[in-house]
Amino acid sequence: MSNTTITPDAVHAEHGHEDHGHGHHPFQAHHFDDTQQQYDAGKLGIWLFLVTEVLFFSGMFCAYALYRARNPEVFTFASQFLNANLGAFNTCVLLFSSLTMAWAVRCAQLRQRFGLVLNLAITIGCAALFLGVKAVEYTHKWDMHLLPAGYYIPQFTQTAHHAGVSPWLYRLCAIPAVMLVAFAVWFVMTKIKGEKRHSEIAGSMLFSAALFFVGVGVGVGFQNAEAAAHAAHDDGNHEASAHADDSGHASAEHAHAEDSHAHAAQGEHHESVADSYAMASTEPATGSSTATLVPGAPTLDMVDQPGGAGIFFSIYYCMTGVHAIHILAGMGVLTWLLVRATRNEFDEEYFGPVDYVGLYWHIVDLIWIYLFPLLYLIK
Amino acid sequence: MSAVATTKPTHSHEDADNFLYNSKGFLSWALTLDHKRIGLMYLVGVMSAFLLGGILAMILRTELLTPDKLFLTNQQYNQVFTLHGAVMVFLFIIPSIPAALGNFLVPVMLGAKDVAFPRLNLSSFYLWVTGAIFFLIAMLYTGLDTGWTFYTPYSTDSNGPVIAATLGVFILGFSSIFTGLNFIVTINTMRPPGMTWFRMPLFLWATYATSIIQVLATPVLGITVLLLAAEKVLKIGIFDPDYNGDPVTYQHFFWFYSHPAVYIMILPGMGVISELMSVHSHKAIFGYRFIAYSSIAIALFGFLVWGHHMFTSGMADVTTIIFSALTFTVSIPSAIKVFNWLATMYKGTVQINTAMSYALTFIFLFTIGGLTGLWLGALSTDRPLHDTYFVVAHFHYVMMGGTLVSFLAGLFHWWPKMTGKMFSETYGMISCLFVFVGFNLTFLPQFVLGSRGMPRRYARYLPEFQELHQLSTIGVYVLGLGLFIALGVLIHSMLRGRKAPPNPWGGATLEWQCASPPPFYNFAHPPTVNDPYNYKPLVYRDETLGWEYVAPQAPTVPQLENEPVKAH
Amino acid sequence: MLASLYLVPPTRIEPKTSEKLSFNMSETATHAADSHHGFAHPMPVWQLLAVFFALIALTILTVAQSTWELGSSELVVSLIIATVKASLVILFFMHMIHDKPLNAILFLGSFIFVALFLGFTLMDAAAYRDSIEFKKVEVVTTAE
Repeated sequence: MSNTTITPDAVHAEHGHEDHGHGHHPFQAHHFDDTQQQYDAGKLGIWLFLVTEVLFFSGMFCAYALYRARNPEVFTFASQFLNANLGAFNTCVLLFSSLTMAWAVRCAQLRQRFGLVLNLAITIGCAALFLGVKAVEYTHKWDMHLLPAGYYIPQFTQTAHHAGVSPWLYRLCAIPAVMLVAFAVWFVMTKIKGEKRHSEIAGSMLFSAALFFVGVGVGVGFQNAEAAAHAAHDDGNHEASAHADDSGHASAEHAHAEDSHAHAAQGEHHESVADSYAMASTEPATGSSTATLVPGAPTLDMVDQPGGAGIFFSIYYCMTGVHAIHILAGMGVLTWLLVRATRNEFDEEYFGPVDYVGLYWHIVDLIWIYLFPLLYLIK
Repeated sequence: MSAVATTKPTHSHEDADNFLYNSKGFLSWALTLDHKRIGLMYLVGVMSAFLLGGILAMILRTELLTPDKLFLTNQQYNQVFTLHGAVMVFLFIIPSIPAALGNFLVPVMLGAKDVAFPRLNLSSFYLWVTGAIFFLIAMLYTGLDTGWTFYTPYSTDSNGPVIAATLGVFILGFSSIFTGLNFIVTINTMRPPGMTWFRMPLFLWATYATSIIQVLATPVLGITVLLLAAEKVLKIGIFDPDYNGDPVTYQHFFWFYSHPAVYIMILPGMGVISELMSVHSHKAIFGYRFIAYSSIAIALFGFLVWGHHMFTSGMADVTTIIFSALTFTVSIPSAIKVFNWLATMYKGTVQINTAMSYALTFIFLFTIGGLTGLWLGALSTDRPLHDTYFVVAHFHYVMMGGTLVSFLAGLFHWWPKMTGKMFSETYGMISCLFVFVGFNLTFLPQFVLGSRGMPRRYARYLPEFQELHQLSTIGVYVLGLGLFIALGVLIHSMLRGRKAPPNPWGGATLEWQCASPPPFYNFAHPPTVNDPYNYKPLVYRDETLGWEYVAPQAPTVPQLENEPVKAH
Repeated sequence: MLASLYLVPPTRIEPKTSEKLSFNMSETATHAADSHHGFAHPMPVWQLLAVFFALIALTILTVAQSTWELGSSELVVSLIIATVKASLVILFFMHMIHDKPLNAILFLGSFIFVALFLGFTLMDAAAYRDSIEFKKVEVVTTAE
């Protein structure tokens, strides 16, 4: 045990934030003894933050469990409107982003600057890809009036799927489009000026913004294939069965009145689809009285449930919406890491920030791992 | 921030060295990362909130002087009591001891330089400010009339600024989470050598227990108010019965946070009292480990009992029975604490001064509050007493008689440490007398009112209740007077008080070993980490009017008796 | 390095590195043997990739099982698969196998509170469920 009563490292304050030469890491905060203590404190802190995240989401899982236990048939019915293919695609995207994130931590620990920047850029890109797909899913549902309980307009089949691009999607893509252009300009300028570090950042950002639109493309492609499958189904072409994993749609499809499928491919808006029914779904007041609708359609019984399917979409929007906000926040902190990574600020003693953001990113993935089967794969 | 990094490398105990004066200017405070300054800023903040809430309380009580309208309409009355409740709960009680006193004391008591995440600490303060502004503007704008609990369908039907208020609560929740998270990490990872878990002062145990609740419960409040805001905007139909939502579920969500939050409010107060009882009795705390464990036990049991707020809300019978039974478990650790405090005073050298007077007031009021809680936790007696003034009296005895009084006790106890100034004991004790008398005069009649059937939250009442109501209103004026005297004493001490010695009360915890007020990095010399409740080596010196260690040895750090040190 | 804890004094004395004392004795005792820079545990690339492919395989499995006729156990099966995936992420991607026990306990302990919250709320909801009368929903017209 040391009897030293005098601290060796002089007045910290005297040095401000400078590194003062006896073994202190430049990013070691002054109130910590060494980088390990700093790392351990940060690690405990981020785990505690994850605990708060778990409890935060538990409220929505509680609402989910409550209403699913109360109205299981509503969940079975409404889940058909979610595109399980897109859900599975997005799951894989997030899993891949988790891989690159974990790899980024490894690179930070091994001082692999290029690997770190690359992995972070891919992680941000995957997040953008995820959001692009999500944008398509959301706007598609808005078109179909698959909205939270108070605004929900009952759907009588899931054939309201339509091809083409939703007008909502254009609006939603406005901001990413502006960002894409801005990043492109920035990237070109850095290239011209020969600022290598800045062009790395700008390139990563450009890559991510572009991936958002790749996501949008994938989403629209899937949706169109879906609609085409519905249309084709009439001709006895069981293309839809190729979507082996898309059972909800596949099985529901067989159950529905045949004539409605023909409309699916051409309908841009739900009105055109809804017109084919006995009731125009835009008349909200009739929403609860479903007795008059499409006689013989098996889904009728499902619709005629107390509360309708709106509660499912309430929960769907809340859970995926809050999750998407977490993705956005994650993209923000990942970008901050990326900037720091290009400055080569991380090494085996100071990789805490990468590790902490990684843990956050993994829990966002973790939540999606549960959301996917709970929302998309209900049968 | 650079503002705080300008300390001159002086090692004297002069003003230039202490945290109040080591850097100057508005920005050096606004951007400070020093936990002591953040604690003081919180102190100013929560006391302003308390002043506001207190004025609202006086307005309410004044209105209740007469059975009929005096000056508030029913709607205005609803708004004022909502504002009173919300300001007191979210802006004052929850951050009062943990954020104000806790921020100042936790690192010093622990022997650390700062909390683990100073920037998070500062952002927690600014979140508090943002939440407070959000909240107040929202409520002053048109007035919130839902009660502080935002029960659906009141809140979903209300035309008041529910969304703004819930977002304010959301932000305040994050402020609370950050504070709690910071303390847990600080206590876990920043204890200096020699500061083992069982050498930690009991205030730290209480703060630790509080922080656990803050981290575990507050997120659920966050999602609850977020869903409530979504309910208003998007009509999600989870809580709103208009869309087949379930209002009882809202109450489950809300109380899953808000019952544990009751322990966020009272546990730090208990920690303060544990310190004060021992220091002012000059006797080692009785049953240290029991008090320490009971803090943790209260924190954990606190999660099992939220349903007792909902006995008459439409909860299923079987659930009410389970929650009623579980509620009684919380009384065990609370009683352990009270008995241990009393046992600490037994045969001690009890010094009756301002801090101790408040501490004794706490024990008296908290015991009444706790015991009446049993009546409300019991299913059979709660049915008639629910939503009457009995409940109002009960939780004011706990929240105000408990938290506020222990906050004042702690404030007087650590005031010399925070400001370096001594205050007038005489006037301090007079303030305590007024608070004690005024408090009981206010709230004892309310027990009677409640048991006679006076419902809470009503602006009008039957004439037969008038005398008790008037008694209560007179009480609140006395109480208010007492609090203003206390404020005056503190302000006077800052202007005219004599300089405080490092250890005016003879405390053995680490904060009394550094100067008053503490220097920027807390300790000019490494403190000796020792038994926090061993008063034997301390003697009073008339020259300094403070206590000092006899034969101050060359301080060896840490001084570990009979404990092998795991050096490597 | 206990000495640097405190504010400073007039002279500087360089500490002998051998005198370094783990800051937090009770908790870092297990790390005492670690060298100063020994707290980084880079994950081998093969492990990262193996975990990733396992996760993808499980995703395919969970999509596939949604087409199987499992009846009421469908939810349980899909939750079990999700939990296996989550465990892989927690253990490897989140490095919990290299982490301190305290962090693991904290994180896993939070699920006890989640269970408490969900358990009581759902139990209560199930118990009073029969006393609820659902009302027909009036659908609010959207802007269209």
